[in-house]
Amino acid sequence: MQRLPRGVSMKKVTNVVIAGLGGQGVLKASDILADAAFRAGFDVKKSELHGMSQRGGSVSSDVRYGDEVQSPMVPAGEADVLLVLDATQTEINRGLLRAGGVLIEPDVIEEGALKNRKSLNVALLGALSTVLDLPEEQWVAAIHANLAPKLHKINEQAFALGRRSAAARREHAA
Amino acid sequence: MSADRQLLNGDEAVALAALHAGVRLGTGYPGTPSTEILEAFDQLGGHAQWSPNEKVAMEVAIGAAFAGARTLVTMKHVGLNVAADPLFTATYTDVVGGLVVVSADDPGMASSQNEQDNRHYARAAAAPMLEPIDSQQAYDYTLLAFEIAERWKIPVILRLTTRVCHSKTVVRPREAPVETPPPHFERDIPGRVMIPAYAKPAHHKLRRKLAEIAAWNEAEGPRRLYDGDGTLGILATGIAAVHAREVAPDARLLVIGMTYPLPLATIREFAAGVDRLVVIEEGDPVLEDALRAAGIPAEGKPEMYRFGELNVARVRRILAGDTTPEPAPPRGKPPELCQGCSHRDVFEVLRDMHCIVAGDIGCYTLGVLPPFSAMDTCVCMGASIGVGLGLRHVLPDDEARRVVSVIGDSTFVHSGITGVAEMVYNPPKTGHVVLILDNGTTAMTGQQEHPGTGRTLHHDPTGKISFEGLAKAMGVQNVHLVEHVDTDSSLEPLLRELLAKPETSLVVVRQPCVLAAPKIRFYEKAAAEKMMKQACSACPAG
Repeated sequence: MQRLPRGVSMKKVTNVVIAGLGGQGVLKASDILADAAFRAGFDVKKSELHGMSQRGGSVSSDVRYGDEVQSPMVPAGEADVLLVLDATQTEINRGLLRAGGVLIEPDVIEEGALKNRKSLNVALLGALSTVLDLPEEQWVAAIHANLAPKLHKINEQAFALGRRSAAARREHAA
Repeated sequence: MSADRQLLNGDEAVALAALHAGVRLGTGYPGTPSTEILEAFDQLGGHAQWSPNEKVAMEVAIGAAFAGARTLVTMKHVGLNVAADPLFTATYTDVVGGLVVVSADDPGMASSQNEQDNRHYARAAAAPMLEPIDSQQAYDYTLLAFEIAERWKIPVILRLTTRVCHSKTVVRPREAPVETPPPHFERDIPGRVMIPAYAKPAHHKLRRKLAEIAAWNEAEGPRRLYDGDGTLGILATGIAAVHAREVAPDARLLVIGMTYPLPLATIREFAAGVDRLVVIEEGDPVLEDALRAAGIPAEGKPEMYRFGELNVARVRRILAGDTTPEPAPPRGKPPELCQGCSHRDVFEVLRDMHCIVAGDIGCYTLGVLPPFSAMDTCVCMGASIGVGLGLRHVLPDDEARRVVSVIGDSTFVHSGITGVAEMVYNPPKTGHVVLILDNGTTAMTGQQEHPGTGRTLHHDPTGKISFEGLAKAMGVQNVHLVEHVDTDSSLEPLLRELLAKPETSLVVVRQPCVLAAPKIRFYEKAAAEKMMKQACSACPAG
C-alpha cells in the first residue's frame, strides 16, 4: 500500500508548488522537498525556471512525487499545497491550487520568531512537513544534504519552529 | 542514500554520463539552460573549459575529436547559430573521437531572446539528433550519442529543452565507466581537409552515413511504445511525451528518441494501427511536416500551440482540438537590476542624456525596463556594436551623435571584438562610442568566468585579456576606464565629451557584480595564497 499524504486527497501523485521572489530561497526549498521525497523512496520530479527569474522577479518551483510521476510541472488547479515565501506572490499563484488544497503563507511563522530571516524558506518547509506524509528524518537528511554544514543547526531550528507554528495554528483554528 | 539512484536535473545527468563515457574534454559557452552541464562535469572531476564563444568551443571540440578523444560541447539554442559554421562542415568530416553537441533550447523563452527550434539544425547540418524526455534519458542518450558518433564518425546533437535541463528526476546510472583509448594523431587528409576535391566525396559519404543511421534507428533506435487502445495514437518527442502520457494514459503512445533521421517505417506502422494519430511536439511542426512529407496521415497542433512551452493543460487542449483563447498566465513580478548593481548608475546616465542605446545580451538588458527604459535595440550576442554603427551611418548627425553601444564584458569577448574591428575600419563620420560594462563575470547565466576575468572555468588563474589594451591595439582613438561609477560622477561628462567628437571611442566601466564580488575576492585570495606557496617551495631556503 502506497503511503498517502495526510491532509491532502487520496491520489497517486502529490503536487506542491513553492513560490516567492528571487533571492528568497525558493529553489533551495524545492530542492530540499524533492530530496526528502526522493529519500523516502518516491518517484520525484522537480521543475523550475532559472535565468531572468533570479533578478528579484517572481520565482516558482514545482515538486511532484508518488509511485510514478509524468510531467515535471504541476498543472493549474492540481496543486495539493501552495507554499508562498512572499505574500505578494499568493494571488498570482492561487489558480494553481486545487479545490480544498492547502495554502501556506509566510505569516504562519510569527514575526521575530526566526533568528535569521534567511531561513524562512526552511521554516515554511517545517509547516509544509505537517501536511505531507514524509518522515521527519528524511526532511532533516535533505536539509543537511542541501545546505552547508555551518547552516545546519539554524535551519534545523527553523524547520522545528515551522512545524510547531503550523501545529499551533491548526489547534487554534480547531 | 544509495549511489545507484540519484535525483539529478538534465544538465547534471548529461555531465555524469560524460564522465562515465570517458569524455576527455568538455567545451562550451555559458547559456541558460545549458550552463550547469560543464560546471557539473568540472565538479565531477572532468576537464571542462569555457571558450570565448560557441564557435570556438565547437572548433576546439572538433580538434579534440580529430585526435580520437571523446568530446562534449555545450551551448544554448542561439549558441548553435554561432557554432553553425564549423558544425555544418564537421558533419562532412570523419570525426574519429565521439563528438557530441548539446543544444539546450528554450521554448517559452524563460531566459532567451527567441524560441528557435533547433531540430531544424539536425536536418540542415545533417547531424543525427537525440531528444531525451527526462534526466534518465539525458544520461542514457548521452552515452548512446557517443556510441553513434564513434560508430559513424559523425557529430551527434543531443537536444535538450529548458524543462529537461532544469527538472530534477530520478537517474540510475550504469555501473562501470567506459574505458576510452588514449588520443593520438592519425593523418586522414581526405577525411578532414574540406577543400572541394575532398568535400565533394565527403558529402556523398555523409548521406550514406545518414542512410545507415536511419536504418539503425528503424531497427534498434531508442523509442518507447506504451500500449493502449487504438482509438487514439500519439506520437511525441522530448518533454511533450511526458505531458501526453499524463493527459492520455490510455492512448497508444510512441515516443521517438532519435528524431533525425526519423524511423519513418516504424511511425508508418504505428499510424496504421490507430484510428486517429496526433503529433505532440513543442515548438515548430517539425515532426508533423516530416510525416506529411512521407505521406503518413496525422493531426498536428493548431498554430496557437507553436508559441511557448507545452504543458499538461495545453496538450489536453490539443487533443481536444480546443482553439478557444487560453487563460492568460499570471503576471509575476518582473526581474530587475539588483540593488547596488553598477549597471543602474550607467543606465541612469544614458537615460538622462537621451542616448539612443544599442544594447546587448546580459543582465544589463534589464536596462530596457523602467525606471531606466534606456535601451533601444537588443538582437543577439555582440550586436550592440554593429547595430550602433549601422544607426550611426544613416541617421541625421544630431541623432547619430546620441548613439551609444552598450555591451557586457563576457559578451564583448564572445562577439564584440569583431564589432570594434568594424568600427575602426568603417568609422561613421560622427564617430562612435562603445561602453563595455565590465562587472568581472558572466553574471546573467550565474557568474561564470571568461577570458576577461583571468580565471578558468575552475576559477584558477590563467591568461587575462585587457579590454583597454585590446581597444588601443586595434586602433580605437579614445580609450577610457571609469571605475567606481556608483560614487564617481565622471561618466556623464566623459560621455558628453566623447559623443561630441567625430572619433571612435571605447569606455570600460569597471565595477564587480554585487552578487559575484565576494566570490571574486575569494578566488583572488586563493590564487594569491597558491602563488605564495609556490614561491616559498621554489625558494632554496624554504
